[in-house]
Formats: sequence, C-alpha cells, structure tokens
Amino acid sequence: MRRALAAPALIILGMLASTAASANPQPWQLNMTRGATETSAQVHDIHMIMFWICVVIGVVVFGVMFVAMFRFRKSRGAVAATWSHSTKLEAAWTIIPILILIGSAWPATALLLRMADTSDSEMTIKVTGYQWKWRYEYVDYFGKQPGINFVSSLETQSNRTRQLDSGLDPAAIKVDGVSTYLLDVDKPLVLPAGVKVRFVVTADDVIHAWWVPSLGWKQDAIPGIINSAWTQVDQPGVYRGQCAELCGRDHGFMPIVVKVLPKAEFEQWMTDQAPAPAVEATAITLAPTTAPQG
Amino acid sequence: MAHAAVHDTHHDAHDHKPEGFLHRWLFTTNHKDIGTLYLVFALTMFFVGGSMAMIIRAELFQPGLQLVQPEFFNEMTTIHALVMIFGAVMPAFVGLGNWMIPLQIGAPDMALPRMNNWSFWILPFAFTLLLSTLFMPGAGPQGGWTLYPPLSLQGGNSVAFVIFAIHMMGISSIMGAINIIATILNMRAPGMDLLKMPIFTWTWLITAFLLIAVMPVLAGAVTMLLTDKFFGTSFFNAAGGGDPVMFQHIFWFFGHPEVYIMILPAFGIVSEIIPTFARKPLFGYQAMIYAVASIAFLSFIVWAHHMFTVGMPLGGELYFMYATMLIAIPTGVKVFNWVTTMWEGSMTFETPMLFAIAFVILFTIGGFSGLMLAIVPADFQYHDTYFVVAHFHYVLVTGAIFAIMASVYYWLPKWCGNMYSERWGKIHFWMSVISVNVLFFPQHFLGLAGMPRRIPDYNVAFADFNMISSIGGFWFGASQLLFVGVIVHAVFFSKNRATTRVWEGARGLEWTVPSPAPHHTFSEPPVIDDSMLAHGDVTH
Amino acid sequence: MKSDSGQHESTPRAARVKHDARGIAKTALFVVGASFLFGFAMVPIYRIACEHVLGIKLSGEAADAATVAMMKVDESRTIAVEFVASVNSKLPWAFSAEKARIEVHPGALTEVWFDATNESGAAIVGNAVPSVAPSEASPYFNKTECFCFTEQTLEAGESRRMPVRFVVDPQLPAGVKTLTLSYTFYANELATGRLGLVSGSANGVAKN
Repeated sequence: MRRALAAPALIILGMLASTAASANPQPWQLNMTRGATETSAQVHDIHMIMFWICVVIGVVVFGVMFVAMFRFRKSRGAVAATWSHSTKLEAAWTIIPILILIGSAWPATALLLRMADTSDSEMTIKVTGYQWKWRYEYVDYFGKQPGINFVSSLETQSNRTRQLDSGLDPAAIKVDGVSTYLLDVDKPLVLPAGVKVRFVVTADDVIHAWWVPSLGWKQDAIPGIINSAWTQVDQPGVYRGQCAELCGRDHGFMPIVVKVLPKAEFEQWMTDQAPAPAVEATAITLAPTTAPQG
Repeated sequence: MAHAAVHDTHHDAHDHKPEGFLHRWLFTTNHKDIGTLYLVFALTMFFVGGSMAMIIRAELFQPGLQLVQPEFFNEMTTIHALVMIFGAVMPAFVGLGNWMIPLQIGAPDMALPRMNNWSFWILPFAFTLLLSTLFMPGAGPQGGWTLYPPLSLQGGNSVAFVIFAIHMMGISSIMGAINIIATILNMRAPGMDLLKMPIFTWTWLITAFLLIAVMPVLAGAVTMLLTDKFFGTSFFNAAGGGDPVMFQHIFWFFGHPEVYIMILPAFGIVSEIIPTFARKPLFGYQAMIYAVASIAFLSFIVWAHHMFTVGMPLGGELYFMYATMLIAIPTGVKVFNWVTTMWEGSMTFETPMLFAIAFVILFTIGGFSGLMLAIVPADFQYHDTYFVVAHFHYVLVTGAIFAIMASVYYWLPKWCGNMYSERWGKIHFWMSVISVNVLFFPQHFLGLAGMPRRIPDYNVAFADFNMISSIGGFWFGASQLLFVGVIVHAVFFSKNRATTRVWEGARGLEWTVPSPAPHHTFSEPPVIDDSMLAHGDVTH
Repeated sequence: MKSDSGQHESTPRAARVKHDARGIAKTALFVVGASFLFGFAMVPIYRIACEHVLGIKLSGEAADAATVAMMKVDESRTIAVEFVASVNSKLPWAFSAEKARIEVHPGALTEVWFDATNESGAAIVGNAVPSVAPSEASPYFNKTECFCFTEQTLEAGESRRMPVRFVVDPQLPAGVKTLTLSYTFYANELATGRLGLVSGSANGVAKN
C-alpha cells in the first residue's frame, strides 16, 4: 500500500511546480488552472488552501497509522493493550476539526459573496444551451443594444474526426501548435477585455452547463429559468471550455470558446457584426393608474 | 452456550432443509440461505456493472471514438451506476446483514422470514427489466443514473421500464430494511442490550432507518417522472409551469442519504475487523455509534451540495456549504478512532485487515476530496468533472466495495467452514489496491485540468491520464476474477477447515457457533457474557 | 431440541417475537407510506420554501393592485431592467421585446411591449414562462399586467403586440442595480390540440 501511495504522492508534490496558467488544458496537467480572471485566481487559491489542509491532516493521520502498523505488529512481539477510551483525545479531535472548518469556511464565504455580485456590470450576454450548441445574444453593451445573436457549435474538422471509426487523427487538429480537438467552435463568443460582463444563462431543451475553466465557474443552463453570473477578463486571449451537464448524445461535442479582444478591437468587431443600428435605451414611465397620494 | 442451539454441523440431509436445489433456494426463508442468495446476486451484478465500466474505459482509452456510439456510451454510464448502486453494493450489504445480524444478536432467524424471501426474489426481476431496456427499440436510459429531466424523459418507452425497475428495487430495499429493523429491535437474545450490539449491527440499524425514510421519496420522484412522460402532468416540465430543478431537490433528498446507505454498513464492517486483527477493543464504541447517527442525521440536510451550480440563492448555497462541512466532524471521529484502535494493539495483517486498512486510507482520501467539493466557489470548478468521478469512486469502490471484500474474507470461513487461501487473498488485495489507485487517482488530475464527466471523447491533452486510468481499470477488473477464484476455492475445494473462532482476536456471538454456521442457530437464546461481546468496553 | 427450529418452532419466545415484529413492520410501513407522500409533498413545500424562506417568486400571478398602489416612487434610485425574450425551438413563433433595456425608478409603474408572430400555417397556443435574474430580486418585481398570466392563441401568421406593466418594489435590496426579466414561450400542445378539435368540429358542422 505504501508503494501504491508513493507514486501519487510524488505526483502531488509535482503539482507545486505547475503554476503556469493556460487557456487550454495541458498534457499531464495536474492542477486547476489559475485562469484569466481575478475570480478564477481566487478560486484556485481556495482550492489550494483546502488541498494543503487535506495534505497536512492526511500526513498526520496516515503517519500515526503507519507508525502503529510498524510498531504494534504481533510479529514484533507487540502485546495488545486493553484501553478503549479517552475523553481528552476524543474532545481534541472533535474540536480541532471544527476550528479548521471555520477557518476554511471564512474565505470561501467571502469569495462566494464576490462571485454572486453581478451588480455594476457593463455588458449583458444571454447564453442559451441547445442540443448540442450554444446561442449567444448580446443583450446590452454600455446601455446600447448591439443586436448581435449567433449560434456557436463544434467546428467541422473536429466534428468529422470525432465520428466513430473516422480514421482521422484527433492529434492533427491544432491551433498554434496546441490541440483544439473538441475544444474549438465555428463562431466564438467575443468579449471585450477589462469589462464586467454579466451572463444570463438558460437552455432550450434540456439542462446544459456553461463552463470555461479559465473564468473560474460554471453555471447550469436550465429550460425556463434564467441564472446570472459574471466575469471580467483583463487579458485578451482565447479561452476554451465545454458543456458540463450531461445533455444527451453529443454532450461531449458542444464546446465553448471565448475570445477576449482589447476593447477597441471588440467595438470594431461589434460594428462589423451588427446588422441594425443600436437603439438608445429610454424609459417609458406611465402615470400610475391609481396615483398614491402625496 | 451456543452448541445447545445447534443440532448439526454440516450442510447435509439431516438439516431439515427443503429437498431439491430449486425448491431450497427459491422458497427458502432461512436467513443464511437468503444472505447467500443476496451475496451471489451482488457478485454477479458487480461483474455485470464492471463489464460496462470496462466498455467505458476501453472507449476512453484514447481520444476519438473507436468502439461505441455516444448513445451507447451514455447507456453504459447510466446503467453501470444503477447496477453498481442498486444491484451490487446495496444487495451485498443486505446479504451481509441477513447472514450476520441474527448471528451477532443471537436470533434464530430474521423477524419476517417470508418477506425476506420476497425482498430477495424481486431483485432478479427488477434487474432483468432494467437490463432488458438495452435491447429495446429506442435504446435504454441515457440520461445518467440521476435521471434529471427533461433529458431523462427524452428516451422512448424504455423510460417506463427503468422506472418500474427502480420501483421494484426500492420495494426490495424497503422490505429488507423493515426486516432488519424488526429483527434488531425484537429478536435480540436476552441481555443483548442495544448498547452492547456489535457495531456492524448498529450501523445496519441506522442504515435501515435511512432506507425506509428515503427510498419512498425516490419512488415518488420517479413516479412524477413517469406521469410527466406518459400522463401529461408538468411537475418538472418548464413549458407546463413545472420546474426541472425541483426534481434535483427531490432526487438528492433521496440521493444524499442513499450515499450514506452505501457507506454506513462499511463503517460497521471496518469497525469489526480492525479490533479483531489489532487484538484490542474498538476505541470509543459509543462515540462510533453517535458518529454514525449524526452522519445519518446530517445526510438529510445537505442534499443540495450536489447541485451548487443550478443557481441557488446565496443564502441556500452558504447554508448547504456549512452543513456539508459539518459532516467532516463525525467522519473524522470515526477515522481517528480506527487509527487509535490500532495504537498499542498487536496487529497481524491477514487479507480482511489489509482491505480494512486500505479502506481507512483510501476512504479518507475520498473524504478529503469531499471536503474540497463542499467549498462552493471551488465546487463551481469541480462540479461535473472527473474530479467528482474520482471522489465518488474513492468512497464507493475503495470505500464500500473494499469493505464488502474485507467482510467476505472475514466471514467466509464462518459461512462455508473452510479457510480461503491467504496467499491468493493477499495477491487479490495487492492487485486490487494498486490497480484501483492507477484507475482512479489520475482522474483527479483530469477533472482539475478541465475534463467534464460523462463524455465519450476528449481533447488530446487529456489522453495520457485517460490511458493510465484505463490500464488501471482493466487491471482492476481482471483482479476481481481472482476474488471469484479465491471464493470458489474456499467454498468447494479448500481442505483447510476453519475453527469455531476462526480469528484469534475475534469477539462476538457469531464466533461462538461452529464453522460453517449450521442451518439453524440460536434456537435457544445464548447466554450473553459481556467479555465476549462486540469489541470493547460497552460502558463507553 | 432435535426437531425443526427457528421460525417453524412455536416456543413462547418465537411467538412473542413474531407478534412484536408485525407491530414494528406496521410502524415501519407507516413511515414508508409517509415518506412516499412526503416525496409528493415536496412539490408544494418547494414552492413555499422558495417564496417564503429564500425569497424567490415562482408563481407568475398578477401583483396585488392595492399593494402596488401603496408604493412610492423612489426618484433617487435608477434600476436597469433588461428584457430577454426566447421561444422554445418546438414553437414556430417569433418573439421579441421592443426595448431590450430600460431604466426605471423603483415604485414607478412602467409599461413595455413585446411582439409575437406565429410563423406557421396553423393556429397555436403558447404559454410564456417568466423568470427573473437575480432570483433574489424576483419578489420585488411586481407585474400588474402580463401576457404570461394567460394562454396566448395566435392564428396562422398572426402578430400580436402584448404589454407588460410592472413596478419594481422600492424595497429592492440596494445591491441590485440590474434586473433581467426573461420570457420563454412554449407551445401548449394540450390547448393547441383542443383548438384543433374545436375548429375541426366547427368545419364538420359547416360541411353538413
């Protein structure tokens, strides 16, 4: 058993080295990405905090266990004691875990509050999951309605290759030398860098989940219900993800690609896309039918 | 004391067993026969579910689809889970309960023997029904074992068969649980107070209460699916004013206690085995019982941690996070108590002990990833990835199934009267424990790197660890043939007769009846001698 | 003790044991029945928990006019309300919000319009399912009039302009600055079927 655990333990130690963040999954990647946003970096940090708490507890508990297994073997002439109770010990190992848990719940709560706060967003994207593609609608950009609306699905080369017995090599599908097999789409979601983007996520047919690891979260897309989430990516780049909720036959074949452009380039892209002129938002406030007095 | 209750020592014709093979097994009301039936059934289903896992791992061996269509892949993941949960793990525990609970509490049989026969014989029909959907036009269930609508309702008429099969499995489990409750509350030998019962019996009592509380909720949930699909109701149909998320709440209200149904008896088994081979009483007997009871209680109030990403309000997410983290406390108590039981013991490492120790270590690793999953912001990343797959296979395979294997090695000599081959048992153990880690440990990395679960094909970056995991999978699958070999050898060919006590450090009433345990035991209640009881100081 | 034993034996012990076992089994069956019903009871419990504990409004009913009338307009705050219109892919309709986004003061009664067009060659009944994000804000979003309160029947090719009148409760938590109101139109197959029956029999009458 010691041997069985040694290999994973060595690999876990290797995790320390893997700090480089990347938009794509890497071969032999061991750890969660730090991602491209402040939120995703904080998620990564809390993941590492929990990981090291677990490692420390594991080392102590398994350490004691291995010492016991070595020292108290019958073959070494160990004679069994008869005690079976210790109030002090039992109190200690009830209270210490409580303190550890409170210690870890604190940062988790703070981060969750931050992640739930969609206020002050400057842009709204509506994401709709379909079997087996995503629709993106640009609902609002700084109070304007870009009127952009398109469907994003698996690009054709991956789609050909992934058919049963296609005889095509998945490793041949690359962008900039990195495999994009099943992680590339015909039309990516384009976002501006440095803008707080709010997503409203829903689905048409069955439940899907919109997940880009570099953004640090996933959100289920549920028919009839809209859920909101937000992100702010400061670094332009291409970030890839996949549907994360089983949604039928081609669940594995509906990737997500988010292309983040510098703000000026994004606005240029938007003008190139938009078919109709954007409409200025105005409020139509009616006189209350039954006017409150005063 | 026990030999008074025993009138024969071997499976022979003087035993008043019904004549004829079919007649004996089909109509048996004997707890030992029914226990054996359950165990054989569970082992069979373990291989049925296991071969589906082999198909899954074979398809995932390398990127690209080589063997099966995605639809079939989804059927495999769905039915693999249903078969392993309801066909392998649960029947195995009911079988162990049937065999051992009457022996541990000095009862002549289960309280409701005829119902016992029924609850077993429903199972083969339920699973025939379930597996038959694989051959139906429109194929079997492909929506995952969690049956989330609307996806699960997209299937053809096989949906109805799956739901009826689940109803039957539920009825079987409920009847088994009622029987166990009635037996434990009612059939204990005089002097066998509740707080003198062996831990395995205790964990089963609590598990049985969980079963009767939540299996009917599952039955209700799938009934609503059935009416939504075939009778036009809209419980979960957004178009008709229903709410698909509500199904998830009802399902996991069943589902979370269900995962403890699959682990509490395992806790009991390990709490029997470790003291036996450490030759030292179980540390903190009562604390162990309270820990199990609190885990069972907590299981009812943490369900929504399976669905942190559905978009619950902040208050809900925080509550379920805190409540889930609380589970670490009683679970920690159990692990610490097992380790302390070993301290200053006099340990030997026969196969049951090896499996029990592997259980403690590997289940704890599964517990660690569970603790990480409880942290909502991190769960937004982990949810529905291979990290979760690794987590629940650590708690179910190296947890529940390792405990079942440990118990089989531990009690097999009592069941069949022969010792298994210790050498081959150890080979089976080492093969299993190494391969299972090769199989599941890399899945943590895959999940963290971003591989979603339930996908038949993946990006090239995930290829290396998937290949390692598949190799571990085939190795683990093949190693289980050794398990069958060891059992068959012990039951039919071993010349090495087991003694009454079997293990030097064994305590408890089951070790006072001869090996093999005669067809009828404790017809006269045994005299309870505290020094022979459970494992420990019953006052603490 | 030569003869049969176990459950076949009618010693006082076995008899007593059996009798009690029935009682326990009955109690257990009662628990089973209760939890089966509880499974169904979770349907209303879920609604109650959402609306009263977690503050998520699920029902699409009209707000109480008197309550709405009591609300004072809060000129100091401006809330952006976004409208998202979707049509389920099984319904051959076009559906859009005339304004995708407006800014309102809490307490002010506001009217917005939605357009729906039946693009198919047959009359279809549709139902709009509303949803508000963030969900915590849903109880503060009061609709006095909405096309989602009733079924909408559109004849083949028919277009309809439909209003929604709403008031955002001034009690809306300060953190919420943007609200999204989503409507998804679904085909109401049952009602559409009835429609076919009615017109079918009407045609029949006409022929005769």
